[in-house]
Amino acid sequence: MIEVKGVRKSFGDLEVLKGIDLVVEKGEVISVIGASGSGKSTMLYCVNALESIDSGHIIVDGVDVHSRDTNVNRLRTNIGMVFQQWNSFPHLTTLENVALAPRIVLGKSKQEALEIARKQLEHVGLVDKLDVYPSRMSGGQQQRLAIARALAMEPNYMLFDEVTSALDPELVGEVLDTLRLLSDEGMSMIVVTHEIGFARDVSDRVAYFHEGKIEELGPPSQVLDNPESQQTRKFLANVR
Amino acid sequence: MGSSSVFTGFQFSDLGFLAEAAGRTLLISALAISIGTFLGCIFGWILSVTRVVGDATLGVVLDVFRSVPLIIQLILFYNFFPIIGFDLNPFAAGTVVLVFYTSALVAAVVRGGISATPSATRRAARSLGMTYWQDLRYIVWPIGLRAVLPSWAGVALGVLKDSALVSVLGYVELLRASQILITRTQEPFLILIIVGAFYFALSFPISRLTARLERTWQYD
Amino acid sequence: MTMEVAVLAMLLGVLLGLALAMVRMSGNRSVTWFAVGWIELARNTPALLQLFFFGFGLGAFGLHLSPFMIVLCGLSFNNAGYLAETFRGGFNAVPPTQLKAARSLGMTLGQSYIRIVIPQVLRVVYHPMTNQMVWSVLMSSLAMLVGYRELAGETQFLASKTYRIFEFFLVAAVIYYLMVKLILVGSRLLSWRLFRY
Repeated sequence: MIEVKGVRKSFGDLEVLKGIDLVVEKGEVISVIGASGSGKSTMLYCVNALESIDSGHIIVDGVDVHSRDTNVNRLRTNIGMVFQQWNSFPHLTTLENVALAPRIVLGKSKQEALEIARKQLEHVGLVDKLDVYPSRMSGGQQQRLAIARALAMEPNYMLFDEVTSALDPELVGEVLDTLRLLSDEGMSMIVVTHEIGFARDVSDRVAYFHEGKIEELGPPSQVLDNPESQQTRKFLANVR
Repeated sequence: MGSSSVFTGFQFSDLGFLAEAAGRTLLISALAISIGTFLGCIFGWILSVTRVVGDATLGVVLDVFRSVPLIIQLILFYNFFPIIGFDLNPFAAGTVVLVFYTSALVAAVVRGGISATPSATRRAARSLGMTYWQDLRYIVWPIGLRAVLPSWAGVALGVLKDSALVSVLGYVELLRASQILITRTQEPFLILIIVGAFYFALSFPISRLTARLERTWQYD
Repeated sequence: MTMEVAVLAMLLGVLLGLALAMVRMSGNRSVTWFAVGWIELARNTPALLQLFFFGFGLGAFGLHLSPFMIVLCGLSFNNAGYLAETFRGGFNAVPPTQLKAARSLGMTLGQSYIRIVIPQVLRVVYHPMTNQMVWSVLMSSLAMLVGYRELAGETQFLASKTYRIFEFFLVAAVIYYLMVKLILVGSRLLSWRLFRY
């Protein structure tokens, strides 16, 4: 379970998170929508301790993420993250990209790590690209590689930060299909996205972010189809 | 004052002597950079047009200028003319060698600049009915200039500093002047600092300016 | 001898240059000015002047270095100044998101640098480093002016003994040319093995 309690965060004078409360149950898929700059990506970075917070708490499976005593590196192996810019490691082959972290972070043997990597690449449909360098692959393939790389750590949670925003339109589908697959398998996920249709299909709940706060939170049938908030309605009208 | 003062301390008038020498450094560098750049542009263009044939002929010759220490080039050239019965003064010899040295460096830079314009862009220009020369003048030149200006400035600054080597031929530029003063005053530390400051004052403003140009061009 | 002093100066230059680049990027005011001063002096004054400084300049304080040490110090000082800027550019060329991605997989800061950032920096700085190595060899010829008998110095010595300046320096020129070509070919071969992406 991920518990976000009263989280505040500023960059200089700008307060980007103004008290966020959110609970993600095991196996739940939550989509986060909202205008850019509304703080949704920042919240993801805070959950993974890639950004610090000013006040509040984030607790993942009972571990306080921002406590001094927490081993963030161990914590991060429990939370996979995929970025907007896929950030594949250009100097490693596809297989090496995925096998590196299980070996040096989880301490698996080289054999085991390669086995895990092969399994996860098969999972996302990249078995035919094992020895290819990322520069030879399309954005969609590189994004699926990034997903496999995160899955190889066998995390309990996955965070997706606008993973289709930087892709050409024809490549969006293959990445969303991979996300759907994960959700069908019962993975707990927070998905920051602009794909409203995807959010409706896959999410258990949808959160609408507006100016650093959660304006509305509930099942897609409520937030997306019958929003209570004026702001949400306005945003959805602009997106469509 | 008697025989004890063969060596005299550093005097204020010596600064004038150094300034004059700095002027000669500037003169020989300016000549080398301007003529060398002009030749370098032509050589670079020839290389980019002739490709393999150019590489195997002109390219090889220019490469020699880049692969042999400048100081050896200077000594070789200076000593070559007496052999065939000419006498060349240090200034002329130094200038000629620096010009060719500069042109070799500039040619490599220019060649890179010409290839900085994608062939699709050039084809687009030709498809609008531009002639080859119009394409060079209005498309390749402005794009290439922007791409190569920082490296060209690097070459120019390099030549300014490398001109110090002409001192080995006996031409009294800044570095040679410092040696003369050191011998007379026996105050090497002070004089080297002053001469260093002269070079720094010539070179640093240009290097800062190009660094700034490069930064602003990157962002638009 | 030429190769020896050039290679040593290059190795020292790489180490000092890395240190200078790190200091400069650290943003610590009190030490940054030292690094900036070194870098700008090395880049904006003639290499020969730098050699003279380690020769006569330090001599004024009674510190007399051997010709070999003068050349080694001078060239290392110069290489370090240029390489520091090369390394800084290399680190800036790797997007900061690469570090974030590595950290998000649970790698420590050290692991992220060694496995992810540095290999990519190496690729960016490889070509400029090769050029600097060539420069190091070419600059080592200046040693003849401070009395060290490397290739150019030995040539001058022999030439002045026999008065056949032109012939001797022509041979020296050929040898320098071959050394430079050797470095470039070697570097090309090595890069094929190192960078397959």
